[in-house]
This record gives sequence, C-alpha cells and structure tokens, in this order.
Amino acid sequence: MSENSTTKSIVNNYGIFPIILITLIGFVWAVLAAARGDDPVIAPHAYMFMFAFALAIFALVYGLTTNKFVNNPYEYDDSVIRAGIIATIFWGIAGMLVGVIIASQLAFPKFLYFENLPWTNFGRMRPLHTSGVIFGFCGNALIATSFYIVQRTCRTRLAGGLWPWFVFWGYNLFLVIAGTGYLMGITESREYAEPEWYADIWLTIVWVTYLMVFMMTLVKRKERHIYVANWFLLSFIVTIAMLHLVNNLSMPVSFLGAKSYSAFSGVQDAMTQWWYGHNAVGFFLTTGFLGMMYYFIPKRAERPIWSYKLSIVHFWTVIFIYIWAGPHHLHFTALPQWTQTMGMVFSIMLWMPSWGGMINGLMTISGAWDKFRTDPVLRILVISVAFYGMATFEGPLMAIRYVNALSHYTDWTIGHVHAGALGWNGMITFGAIYCMVPWLWKKKEMYSMRLVEWHFWLALIGISFYIAAMWISGIMQGVMWRTYNDLGFLEYSFIETVMAMKPFYMIRALGGFLYLCGMLVLTWNVYMTIKGKGEALSLNEDEPFARKPDPATGLALAPTLVAGE
Amino acid sequence: MSADNEEHGKFIDEHSGEESTGHEWDGIAELNTPMPRWWLGIMYASIIWSIIYVILMPGIPLLNGYTKGTLGFSDRARVTKAVEKMHAERSVFSQKLIGANLETIQSDPDLLRFAMAQGKSLFGDNCETCHGASGRGFPGYPNLNDDIWLWGGSYADIRQTINYGIRADHDDTRLSLMAAYGRDEIFSRTEIGALTDYVINLSTPSDKPNTLGTTLFAENCTSCHGDLGKGTRENGAPDLTDQDWLYGGRRETIQATIFNGRKGLMPNWNERLSQDQIAALSVYVHSLGGGE
Amino acid sequence: MSKLHDFMEKRSFALLFGILAVVSVGGLVEIAPLFFIDSTIEEVDGMRPYSPLELAGRDVYVREGCYLCHSQMVRPLRDEIERYGHYSLAAESMYDHPFQWGSKRTGPDIARLGGKYSDEWHVLHLSDPRAVVPESVMPPYKFLLKNKINAERYTKHLIANRRVGVPYTDEMIKMAASDMKTQINPDADDFDGFMARYPKAVVRNFDGNADDITEMDALVAYLQMLGTLIDFNEYEATKGENER
Ligand code: HEC
Ligand code: HEC
Ligand code: HEC
Ligand code: HEM
Ligand code: HEM
Ligand SMILES: [Ca+2]
Ligand SMILES: [Ca+2]
Ligand SMILES: [Cu+2]
Repeated sequence: MSENSTTKSIVNNYGIFPIILITLIGFVWAVLAAARGDDPVIAPHAYMFMFAFALAIFALVYGLTTNKFVNNPYEYDDSVIRAGIIATIFWGIAGMLVGVIIASQLAFPKFLYFENLPWTNFGRMRPLHTSGVIFGFCGNALIATSFYIVQRTCRTRLAGGLWPWFVFWGYNLFLVIAGTGYLMGITESREYAEPEWYADIWLTIVWVTYLMVFMMTLVKRKERHIYVANWFLLSFIVTIAMLHLVNNLSMPVSFLGAKSYSAFSGVQDAMTQWWYGHNAVGFFLTTGFLGMMYYFIPKRAERPIWSYKLSIVHFWTVIFIYIWAGPHHLHFTALPQWTQTMGMVFSIMLWMPSWGGMINGLMTISGAWDKFRTDPVLRILVISVAFYGMATFEGPLMAIRYVNALSHYTDWTIGHVHAGALGWNGMITFGAIYCMVPWLWKKKEMYSMRLVEWHFWLALIGISFYIAAMWISGIMQGVMWRTYNDLGFLEYSFIETVMAMKPFYMIRALGGFLYLCGMLVLTWNVYMTIKGKGEALSLNEDEPFARKPDPATGLALAPTLVAGE
Repeated sequence: MSADNEEHGKFIDEHSGEESTGHEWDGIAELNTPMPRWWLGIMYASIIWSIIYVILMPGIPLLNGYTKGTLGFSDRARVTKAVEKMHAERSVFSQKLIGANLETIQSDPDLLRFAMAQGKSLFGDNCETCHGASGRGFPGYPNLNDDIWLWGGSYADIRQTINYGIRADHDDTRLSLMAAYGRDEIFSRTEIGALTDYVINLSTPSDKPNTLGTTLFAENCTSCHGDLGKGTRENGAPDLTDQDWLYGGRRETIQATIFNGRKGLMPNWNERLSQDQIAALSVYVHSLGGGE
Repeated sequence: MSKLHDFMEKRSFALLFGILAVVSVGGLVEIAPLFFIDSTIEEVDGMRPYSPLELAGRDVYVREGCYLCHSQMVRPLRDEIERYGHYSLAAESMYDHPFQWGSKRTGPDIARLGGKYSDEWHVLHLSDPRAVVPESVMPPYKFLLKNKINAERYTKHLIANRRVGVPYTDEMIKMAASDMKTQINPDADDFDGFMARYPKAVVRNFDGNADDITEMDALVAYLQMLGTLIDFNEYEATKGENER
C-alpha cells in the first residue's frame, strides 16, 4: 500500500460482515422477545434492542454501499475517542445527578419518595447511580483513554477498522439497557453486576471485541517495548472479562424473559460475587485508571516516568494480590473464617503495591512542581493520585477484621468508596479530559483555565464535605450499634441511629451537589472549547501534539524502528 | 531494535540525576530509579506478618478442611463465650426477675434499675416499631403511657400480654374477635349507621333519639363492651365512652370498625425473648405511666 | 524476574497470558474449595426450598433493591446477637440464588424478621413507612398492593431453581400454582399437602385482599419466614465443625 503513496484514504471494510451478523442475530432474538416475551418487562428492552440493531444494520449497509467507511491507516483513529469523551461527560452528569437525588432521598425522605412511582425508589435508583458512574462515566473514560493511549504509545492506528465503533456503540447500548432495566426492576442484585443475563451476554460480546481491538493494536505496534500504561490497561480488560463471565453465570427462567437465578447459592455465591465486586474495584477502578495515570501525568508534566523498576514490581504484585482480597467484603459473615483470613492478609499485603502507583505518579511530577502551581490540569491529576493513595491506605485498614467489624454495613464504607471514586477516578478522568479535548479537537488550550480552576475547587470542597460527613456518620453509626450502657445493655435502638444520620446525609447531599456543579462547569468548558471559543484557538497540524506517522512511509519519529514482534 | 539503540536513547535526568532506560513512547521516557527502600521494607514486613497471621489463624484450604491455626481461634467459639459470659453476669438479677412480683422488684433498687435498663433497651428495637417512640402509640397500636388498658395494666396482666400476645400464633394468646358486622352481612347499612351514631353518642352525647342503635348495641355489643359501653378487659374490648380511641374517633373510622371488625395483632414474645427479658419489659412498660 | 518481565514486555501475547495466569490463582484457591470442603455448610435440620409464594416475594425483594439497605446476615458479634438473634449460618442461605446478605445497613438486619411483626403492620409499613415509624428513611411500596402475581406462570421459576440445584421435587413443581393459591387461603383444600411440602410455612391472607395474589402477599410471606426454619434450641453451636 505504501507504494501508492498518493492514496491517503483507504477503504477498509474488513470486519463489517461479522458485525452485521451479530446484529442480525440480536435482532431476531429481540423480535421474538417482543412478540412472545415471557414477562411484561422484557418488551421495552426487546424494542430497544430492535431499534438499535435496525439502526445499526441500516447504517452499516448504507455505509458499505456508499463507501463511507474510508480511513487512513497512517492516521490515528480519533473519531471514536471523541465520541467516547462526549459519552463520558453524558454519563457523568446522569450518574452524579442520580447520586445527588438518592443522597437527597435519604436526607429528605418525606418529600422525595413517591408511593405510586416505583421507579423513583431508592432501591431502583441506587444501581442506576452506581452503574451510571462506574460503567457509564468511568467505563467510557477508560475505553476512550485506552484507545487514545494505546495508539500513541504503540505509534499505530487502532486495529479492527470499524470494530472500535462497535465497542463504543455496543457498550453504550449495554449501559442504556442496564440503566433502564434497573428502573423497571430488572436486576440480579449482584452489586456492580446487576444487569440480567441477556445484557450480560451482550456485554460479553462487546468486551471480548474490546479485548481483541486492544490486543491487535498492541500486536501491530511500532515500538519494541510495550509501554507500562498498556500493561495496566491490558490487565484491566482481560481480568474484567474473566470476572464478568464467572460472576454472571445464571439460569434464565425463560430465554424470552428477563428473570434469571444465579448459578451458585449462599456462601459460594457470596464469595463469587465479592471476588468479582472487589476486583471490579481492583481492575476497573484501579488498574484501568493507573493506565490512565501512567500516560497523562508524564505527558502533562513533561517528565519521564520516575522508576521503571517500581512499575514492574508494583504492576505484578498489584494484579496478583488484588484477586485474593475479595473476602474482606465478607468479614464475620457465614463465609468460613479461613477465607476471611486470606482476604485480610492479602488486603494488607496490597497496601504497598498499591502505593507503588502513587509513588511513581507523584515522583514523576517532582521536578515539575512549578507547573503544579500554574497548571490547574496538572493539579487535578496530582490530587487524584493523592486520593488514590488515601483510599488505598484506608482500604487495607478497613480490611482488618476488627476494624471491619465496626465499619462494615456503615457509611464508613460509603465514605471510603467515594474517596476513591470522586477523588481518584473522578479527578483523574477530569484531568484526562482536560488534556485530551484540546489535543483531539486540535485546539491550543481549553476554553478557559479559570473555569478549570473553579472546577478543581468545587470538586475538592464537594469531596471534602462528602467524605468527612460519611466518616463521622459511619463511625458514629458503628459505635452506636455496639454501645452498651453501664448495666451492660444496648444503649441505642436502631431507629435512634437512623435519626443520628440525618445531618450527615444533608451534608453529603450538599457535597455531592457541589461535585456535580464542577462536572457541569467541565461540560461548559468542553463545549466552548470544541466550538473554538476563548483560548481554544485552532492549532495547525504541525504543532507537536499532532505528531503522527508519516503517511508516505508509515514510519515516523525515530526512523530506525521496526515492527514490534 | 538492537541493544545499541537502547543505549543510544539513554540520558541522565537533570532534576533527579537518575539514568533513563532508553525507551521512549510518544515523548515519554523512563528513569531507572531504584525502588524506594522504605517501600520495599514495608512490603516485606507485611508479607512476613501475613505468613505469621495465617499460621496462627484458620487460614489455608486443604483437600477437605483447612488449617485451623495454632491459636485455635474461632469467631463463633469466641462469641458463644462472650454471650455465655454476658448471661453469667446478668444471671443473679435475671433469676430474681423471673420469680419476683412487682413489689419485690420495686423494693430492690438495684434490681429495679437493672430491669428498667434492660426493659428500655429491648423496648427500643422490638416494641417501638409498633407502639411508637417511648410507647406513645399509633392508630391501631395502643398507647402504653396512659392508664387506659385494653387487657389490664397490672404487672401480671402486662407480662401475660407480652408473653403470649393478642390474637397471636400461640395457644395461650389473648383472644377475642369482634365480628365484621357489615362485611359478613350481619347488619344492614342502616343498622351500622345507627350503631355508629350510638357509639359516637356514648362519648359525645347529643339529644338525638336513636332507638335502633340502642337496641342493637344492647343486644350485640354489651357482651364485650359492657352495659354502659365502658369496655371489658376479659374481652380486651375498649371503653367507648371516653375520648381515647384505639383506631380513631372519626365517624368513618368507627363505622369501618363495626363494618369490618378489627384484628389487631400483638405478637407473642415468649419464643423470641427469654423470660427474664419479658419480666424486664413488663416492669418497664408498667412504669411508663399507666401501670396499675 | 526482571528478565521474564523484559521478555513479556516485548511480546503482547506473552504479556496477555502472563497476566491471565497471575490473576487466576487467587480465585481458584479461594472459591473452588468452598464447593468441596464439607464444613463450609453446616449440617442442620429444617432447611427447605422456598414455597412458590415466598419465592415470588423474594423476587420482589430483589427487584426493589431491599438488599441495598437491609442485610440478612447476623454476624457473630455480641451486640448483633443481642439485637437481632442467633448469628446466621451458611446453611440458612443454601437455597438462595442469589444470596441476599447485603453490604449496607441503612435499615436494620432482617435475617430473623419472621414472626416479629404482624402482617398488618408489614402492609402498613411497606405502604407508608413513615406512618408507623416517623423517623424512617425507607421508601414506600404502596404499589405492591395493586400488582397481581399470576400463579400459573410461577412454575417455571421453580424449574429454573431446580436447574441450579434447589431440590424442588416433581410434586412441588406440579403443585406450584396451587400451592401459591393455598398459601393465602387457610381454608384451602390442600392445606395439609402444602404444609407437608413446606413445613413451617405461614398460611394467611397476608394483605387482607382474599381475591388476588398480590406482590404484597408474596413479599410479606417471604418476610414472615425469614430466619424461622432452623430451631436454634436444637442446634449445637459449639460442636467442633460448627465453630468455623
Ligand atoms: C406488630 C406490632 C406490635 C409489636 C411489635 C408489639 N406490639 Fe404490643 N400491641 C400491638 C397491638 C396491635 C396491640 C393491641 C391489640 C388489641 O387490639 O387488642 C398491642 C397491645 C399491647 C399491650 C396491651 C395494651 C393494653 O392496653 O392492654 C401491651 C402491654 C403491649 N402491646 C406491649 C408490647 C411490648 C412490651 C412489645 C415489645 C416486646 C410490643 N407490645 C410489641 C402490636 C404490637
Ligand atoms: C367479641 C367481643 C366484641 C364484640 C361482641 C364487639 N366488640 Fe367492639 N371491640 C372488641 C375488641 C376486642 C376491640 C379492639 C379492637 C381490636 O383490636 O380488635 C373492639 C373495638 C371496637 C371499636 C373501636 C374502638 C377504638 O377505640 O377505636 C368500636 C367502635 C367498637 N368495637 C364497636 C362495637 C360495636 C358497635 C359492637 C356491636 C355491634 C361491638 N363493638 C361488638 C370486641 C368486641
Ligand atoms: C432507603 C433505605 C431502605 C430501603 C430501600 C428499604 N428499607 Fe426497609 N427500612 C429502612 C429503615 C431506615 C428502617 C428502619 C425504620 C423503619 O422501621 O422504617 C427499615 C425497616 C424495615 C423493616 C422493619 C425491620 C425491623 O426489624 O424493625 C422491614 C421489615 C423492612 N424495612 C423491609 C423492607 C423491604 C421488604 C424493602 C424493599 C421492598 C425495604 N425495607 C427497603 C430502610 C430501607
Ligand atoms: C488497597 C486497596 C483497597 C483495599 C484493601 C480496599 C478495601 C476495602 C474494604 C475493606 C471495603 C469494605 C468492605 C465492607 O466492609 O463491606 C471496601 C469497600 C469498597 N471499596 Fe475499597 N479498598 C481499596 C481501594 C479502593 C479503591 C482505590 C477504590 C476506588 C474507588 C475502592 C472502592 C471500594 C468500593 C466501591 C467499596 C464498596 C463495595 C460495596 O460494599 O459495595 N476501594 N474496600
Ligand atoms: C455527585 C456525586 C455523588 C453523589 C451525591 C453520590 C451519592 C451516593 C449515594 C447517596 C450512594 C448510596 C449510599 C448508601 O447506600 O448509603 C452512593 C453509592 C455509591 N456511589 Fe456515589 N455519589 C456520587 C458520585 C459517585 C461517583 C463519581 C462514583 C464512581 C466513580 C460513585 C460510586 C458509588 C458506588 C460504588 C456506590 C456504592 C457503594 C457501596 O455499595 O458500598 N459515586 N453514592
Ligand atoms: Ca449481571
Ligand atoms: Ca454495597
Ligand atoms: Cu474490596
């Protein structure tokens, strides 16, 4: 191909037919389920699938016949990343808004519950929040940044032609099915894996595709070594695939109905679920995001990674040890104690490996501290690493059985979750968005750095309210449950502990609201940047950010390179 | 790529003085800084500690079983001991409570304090859900603070009620069922209307004549509610002449009671709680205000 | 070690399989033994599969996300035993697909709820929690009174449970629809047959509406059986293998 160096555009249709095939099979199932569905709630989902698949088939056939699927193998595939960023922002707003709503419901139950609107109830909205932020916001951010990072650090275009788009649309279709399902009461009740069997199957297809796109991009890389960010991203993708497959094994009541019963029961089911649940944190919210950190921090600080050795050791120890720590979610339950012991010791051994990432991140910035003061984006990135350090210190602490005896079931867990989620996952995603938006839309800067500054403070104050309130209420709750009076009888009734939570629920809702406001500031800033307002002047193609392989030779930068393997 | 090339890319970082690995991706280089010693140190320490802990505690799964740990520790054994210890600490007072009558309890300040503390503690998680905070009651769930009693407010009566409940699932439960006079078509709508008027008239007298109501009440209701409508405790039938209503004094509510009957259920606690706990609860409820 | 890493760092498939090998170990060592170590599930008398109505109630419980606020797991800690009753055994959830132990107690634990309150109280509380407990933060579930359950269609749910290992007998499956109707009608013809299949089940018209099987009936039936199957007077807590 390189011989014909004048043809910049190459029609690349491979992989379209399997997409059409998958879509057709899905379409047939959806038609059957809509027509002969076994329960009333499957129909809306069947129609959603039908609509989405019909649209997809139409778009594919149209694109194929009109030769629309044209791309240039010598350019990075950035369009899907741009879409991913917009989806990240959309799900961020939606998920956090629902978070603020459910937080307010606990603070003001009299006004925010509606007895004849089942879908507004806490129990149905809460999974919408958790999936909205974890899978919607964080998931889209992970897909977008991983595609961004893997191309640049492998100096090659994403593999698979249209398949990255399949990943993007397929994943977001899954999210819509999951989210609307919760509101209708479709759930398996497995935390962070609530969607029912048919959504799970769909996600499996999408996720395996994601893995293949990522793998094949690595395979065709133009760098000899695989960059550390990609080790983490690969471990995230492949481990999530394994966890998802095992934890979602279940028996549908009917293949044309929504409900299924999980394959395991009782203790084994609990252990499988928390093996999954803990490692959803470990691989989705930790190693995936460490991959993000390993690219954006050195890039933004313009500093080399601090220690290659540390990267190696903490990578392998983190992924090995994380898997074992699940039983710390089941301390003092009917899970046999030997398993709890395992969960506890591995959680403690996990402390330093986790901190390896923090140290490498923070030390990478050392030497660029002046930028820390002047560049709010870098500051957001740094704060996120600090919160990561905090959450991974608190985690092992809470995994100690006697600490967990107090913290388990209380708001302390919720505080810990959001220190990680808001501080680490949220902040680093914001930082990555602020980096990528100008780079992707070919702008010099964000529309307004002052707004970034505002976002930083709104988010920081919001987090502080949130986690401080939850620490106090969580520890108070735990202590109240076990307080004895001087004659040795329980001092507080359960309902008294509920009453004591009220002020903290209000502070939490306020903190969450501030954090959401920060998210809205980001949205505005991104919108104005894309439109090219403010400082967001267009860059010409030759600016250093737009470095890409030479279209004529397919080789770029260091001329001595050969293909990876 | 040859090793030479890697050597080529190597540089010394000005800031830290560390050498780079020579790799570079999208402008990102890598330093070869050694791992922090404190970091390695803590990691090794946590591993050693973990090994020790696993040896001491139940820990490693085997083919059928697991290592029990050299300390022989078990949560369940520990808590069983703790609960036994708790019972042992309480046993002197508990034993006394079970046998004692109210006078004996009241004349022993320590025992009384013990009973009250235990009663209050139990009341919060078991009774307040129905009888409201500190027993103030709800429609259908009697107020336990006043001196109006359906089944009797003496210590023995209260203890009997708590033990076996009212219309509960126990052979000794207190039982009396007012018929659903309307639903079961014992009376017509007019007759129920008249009875309702009559009942209202009992507590808020007016001069309107109501012969139908008077005869119906005398023939059907006095067996439980007494000749004057003042209620009888053998039947747990409330006094209808006062302003205190179990279900509420609105006309519709009263009519609904007569139409459908009511079957307020108070659970029996003798299976869930122990006898000393029930005695303590009885002392506590008795003290709430209306004890006889 | 670092040689090995250097090898994988240059070969994407080696890296992939290296990762897979490393992340498989923990799960295998921790999960697999739970399926074959005998003492994992205590030997107890009294456990039985859920009656069709209880199962339907459990499905409502799952659907409404009650597990997000209520745990069903009394831990072996003194205060919990005092507040809620005997600590939960693994055996008590052996037929639970999926388990409902919960991870947050915004409301109290309900593992031993059965028999604690009256049906009437439950109906009132579920319809409007703040009418009975003014300080409650629990959502209202009044709509459950209106939603009807089709008994005939529930047979399939028992079959699906049997496929994943719940010991429903052929008779139980055959009688599923009838059993569901029996459980809300103490005067039903097959009362004795039903009680033989599901000992200790509570048979009552739970929601006060005798004509329909509503989701409220089902949910209350489920709540009323929680923690009632095992007789702890006969359970030997201190027997060696039970102390695990
Ligand atoms: C399920 C709700 C419920 C719970 C829980 C409950 N009760 Fe009751 N209780 C009732 C009802 C209903 C009545 C009235 C029955 C009737 O209509 O006769 C009652 C009646 C009583 C009475 C008799 C009042 C009288 O006027 O004679 C006493 C005493 C009492 N309860 C004490 C307790 C105590 C102590 C507890 C806790 C251990 C408790 N109750 C828990 C529902 C409940
Ligand atoms: C078998 C005994 C019995 C008979 C006969 C009976 N009642 Fe009752 N009545 C009760 C009991 C017991 C209650 C308490 C409610 C409960 O929890 O069931 C009650 C409650 C009431 C109440 C509600 C009081 C309140 O405080 O809210 C009214 C009104 C009433 N009865 C009227 C009548 C009338 C009118 C008749 C005759 C037609 C009648 N009762 C016959 C036993 C009886
Ligand atoms: C937002 C959290 C929340 C949700 C969701 C929730 N509850 Fe509750 N629940 C509470 C709180 C708080 C209490 C304690 C106050 C009260 O009794 O209402 C409670 C109390 C209860 C009680 C009384 C327990 C006792 O021992 O006193 C029962 C039974 C109950 N809930 C059942 C349910 C069921 C069934 C569902 C789902 C259909 C549910 N709850 C959903 C928060 C919740
Ligand atoms: C060394 C690392 C960590 C350890 C050992 C750890 C440990 C723990 C422990 C002990 C709990 C409480 C379980 C319970 O009592 O129910 C918990 C809950 C949780 N943690 Fe962490 N944590 C770590 C890092 C993180 C990070 C970085 C995040 C990122 C967001 C996170 C997210 C969560 C979530 C979401 C839960 C709640 C799970 C649930 O109950 O639903 N954790 N963690
Ligand atoms: C606007 C900001 C947010 C608010 C107001 C908020 C609020 C809440 C509330 C009220 C709960 C339920 C807690 C309970 O049951 O008591 C919750 C749970 C949770 N949230 Fe958020 N949240 C926010 C942002 C986020 C983000 C950004 C993430 C992840 C990236 C996240 C992840 C979670 C998780 C994992 C749980 C479940 C915790 C558990 O089960 O232990 N939240 N959130
Ligand atoms: Ca699932
Ligand atoms: Ca949880
Ligand atoms: Cu965890």
